[in-house]
Amino acid sequence: MAYLQIKDFNKTFNDGFKVLCDINFELEKGQILSIIGHSGSGKTTLLRCINFLADIDSGVMVLDGETLVDTSISKKFSESQLREKRLNFGLVFQSFNLFPQYNVKQNITLAPTLLLKKNVKTLKAELKADKSLGLKARREIIKKYKQDEKERIEKEVVKLLEKTGLLDKENSYPCELSGGQCQRVAIARALALKPKILCFDEPTSALDPELTSEVLKVIKSLSDEGRTMIIVTHEMGFAKTVSDKIIFMADGRIEESGSPEQIFSHPKSEKLKAFLSNIDDK
Amino acid sequence: MNQFLLIMEELLQGFGNTLLLFAVTLVLSLPLGLLIAFGSMSKIKPIKYVAKTFVWIIRGSPLMLQILLVSFIPTLIFGIGNKQVATFFGLTIGDLLFVFVVIAFVINYACYFSEIFRGGIEGVNKGQYEAGKVLGMTKNQIFFKVVLLQVVKKVLAPTSNEVITLVKDTALAQILGVIDLLNAANHAVNSYVVLTPLIYAAIFYLLFNGLLTLLFGFFEKKLSFYKE
Repeated sequence: MAYLQIKDFNKTFNDGFKVLCDINFELEKGQILSIIGHSGSGKTTLLRCINFLADIDSGVMVLDGETLVDTSISKKFSESQLREKRLNFGLVFQSFNLFPQYNVKQNITLAPTLLLKKNVKTLKAELKADKSLGLKARREIIKKYKQDEKERIEKEVVKLLEKTGLLDKENSYPCELSGGQCQRVAIARALALKPKILCFDEPTSALDPELTSEVLKVIKSLSDEGRTMIIVTHEMGFAKTVSDKIIFMADGRIEESGSPEQIFSHPKSEKLKAFLSNIDDK
Repeated sequence: MNQFLLIMEELLQGFGNTLLLFAVTLVLSLPLGLLIAFGSMSKIKPIKYVAKTFVWIIRGSPLMLQILLVSFIPTLIFGIGNKQVATFFGLTIGDLLFVFVVIAFVINYACYFSEIFRGGIEGVNKGQYEAGKVLGMTKNQIFFKVVLLQVVKKVLAPTSNEVITLVKDTALAQILGVIDLLNAANHAVNSYVVLTPLIYAAIFYLLFNGLLTLLFGFFEKKLSFYKE
């Protein structure tokens, strides 16, 4: 069974526009999927649905053997269920969406620190239920746990900053960084929660051309580590070199999918041919 | 010189009332304003429309009229005089009138603040909420850890405007006979047949507003460590 399975995703906007139409695909662990297509073809919506930022009307999503959504069973999730499910994925936005009032390091550590607080709470409750432990022993365990986790987060941040080439920027605020640096912080921030699949929504579209390469380089290095990623992109050259699999979307449907070789060198559908020739013209 | 001291004593008493009205209004109307702001942004339509209509009525009519109306409410609704109300609560009639003024001010200013807050909250980029969501944060965490400070930064300047207007609006309290700074100055003008008390009152207002301006400037500077 494939690592990620998307079956029959359908979604219609409130105004009746059918934005996703019978979307089906699979992705193996460690593979990189690029989604290409015209603006308005549903690429971003698909990514948002996978990340539980938007609901699907119908469909099934299975990740690593766990059914995350099956609309034939239930459509609505509670807030906490949504949070759990979202944590399977990381999402890097086109416009970075860094938190402006936090510096680079704080942007990366905020979510893990909040998560740690929640875990400490759960641990406390668990220990309390265990009658064999005295108050002092419980406190010791919690103190140790907190300390270890904090150290772990601290180490993790350094690693991420190193990976994204931002070690000297840890105390800078987003307003002091270039677009490319911001996007690299956003990537580090998403990685800090160790998502099973990292998603990118046109990660370089808001960047000047000369800043694009530094972001693509980071994504490339992640692919070399064997991370599973889904990338919505307009960078055809990049998609071609980095992807294991490419999906071309048009009018809310998967018009064609296959290996980069198949998509770029031997396109079958007319829409894809037209799309590619348009890009070549540019 | 003696006259100057007497005038000053009168003005300071009036200024005390002005300050009290200012402080109580501010402390109560800011949280109430936030509540109304949430109401007018509510996804539950009836709540939203009630809040919006309320804000429309309050912002659409003069504060002085609202003060008068509040003072007539016991008579209009319960058919009892203000004297009875005052005795019931163990207040002097003067205290009761002050309470009426406070009620009108708090409601009026809460509505203005609510619109400022609504603008501030809605002005925060939707992407901030989404970033919080994909990072597994709860709604409360997103509001308090991500959005709130950005809202504070956005509303600081319009709020300072409103706060300074409040200082000057306190003069409307005299419609119910409250001895505020301007009322006291006016009284002194009549008793001593000199115009200087009005000048002194103006200086009081100016100094106090100057202080507030400095304070808000300080907060703005504190929050200038980041830009969006």
